[in-house]
Amino acid sequence: MAVMRVNPTRMELTRLKKRLKVARRGHKLLKDKRDELMKKFLDLVRKNKELREKVEDMLMKVHENFLIARAVMSSESLEGALMFPKQGISLDVSTQNIMSVDVPVLDYKMSSSEESDIYPYGFATTSGELDSAIGTLAEVLPAILELAQMEKSSQLLAQEIEKTRRRVNALEYVLIPQLTDTIKYITMKLEENERGNLTRLMKVKDMMLEEARKAAH
Amino acid sequence: MYKIGVIGDKDSIMGFKAVGISTFPVSTPLEAQETLEKIADDEYAVVYITEQMAKDIVSTIEQYSERRFPAIIPIPGNAGSLGIGVQGVKKSVERAVGADILFKDE
Repeated sequence: MAVMRVNPTRMELTRLKKRLKVARRGHKLLKDKRDELMKKFLDLVRKNKELREKVEDMLMKVHENFLIARAVMSSESLEGALMFPKQGISLDVSTQNIMSVDVPVLDYKMSSSEESDIYPYGFATTSGELDSAIGTLAEVLPAILELAQMEKSSQLLAQEIEKTRRRVNALEYVLIPQLTDTIKYITMKLEENERGNLTRLMKVKDMMLEEARKAAH
Repeated sequence: MYKIGVIGDKDSIMGFKAVGISTFPVSTPLEAQETLEKIADDEYAVVYITEQMAKDIVSTIEQYSERRFPAIIPIPGNAGSLGIGVQGVKKSVERAVGADILFKDE
């Protein structure tokens, strides 16, 4: 039994009762928040896992093609071909609020809308594998950006869940028991005082009666 | 406007340049760490890093996990996947749930 160090007075009792009410309410709210966060998080993380597996597969394909391209072409001409990209990408970041967690939402814009602009070189001096590597890479791009967004979101959500869970546990296992115990302690102490007072009064009454009887004799 | 960057060995990341991502070729984990620290405060919202580099600078990467930006995402390099990316997902599950409930069967 963990009792706080307080004075067992009536005022303290009402104060603690109020605190207990607030704590219970907070506990319920936080618990709801945790459950909802968890639901969102599990959905997200499941999708995240699938997407990551997909992206990793696709990227491996890109690397394979690249490897062949590098083998076929000299490294100078390969580097030369990729030296000056035609396509630029800019990212627009907004935030979405999931249960008071700000998660990023990524929006990307390519600087050029021509699909062929991902190839920054002429086809004459480069190998076909390079084309397919870059082509696949351009296909992976939306997926990989979504992955970034998802992974960051799940990281942030995980943190928030951890924090919320700690708070819920602190309330549930520390603060609320402490408050109830202290309230019980004060009530008992007050009742004890009451009883003490009553017996004292009875005793005094007895003594007074005794004295009155003696005086009457 | 934010930018996207990719850190890794030159051979793995060269192609990303063509699609408009900034590339930062590095050859050692130390270099990768320095580059990451340098560009993290820049306007990069997303930084991809090859797993080969990421595995040695985990602590640096974790520093950024609490911040909203940049999102540092490990991707497999040309030597194949080391499973670090999936590990990261797993870690956040463990952190949130307290136990690993998604990857149990693997």
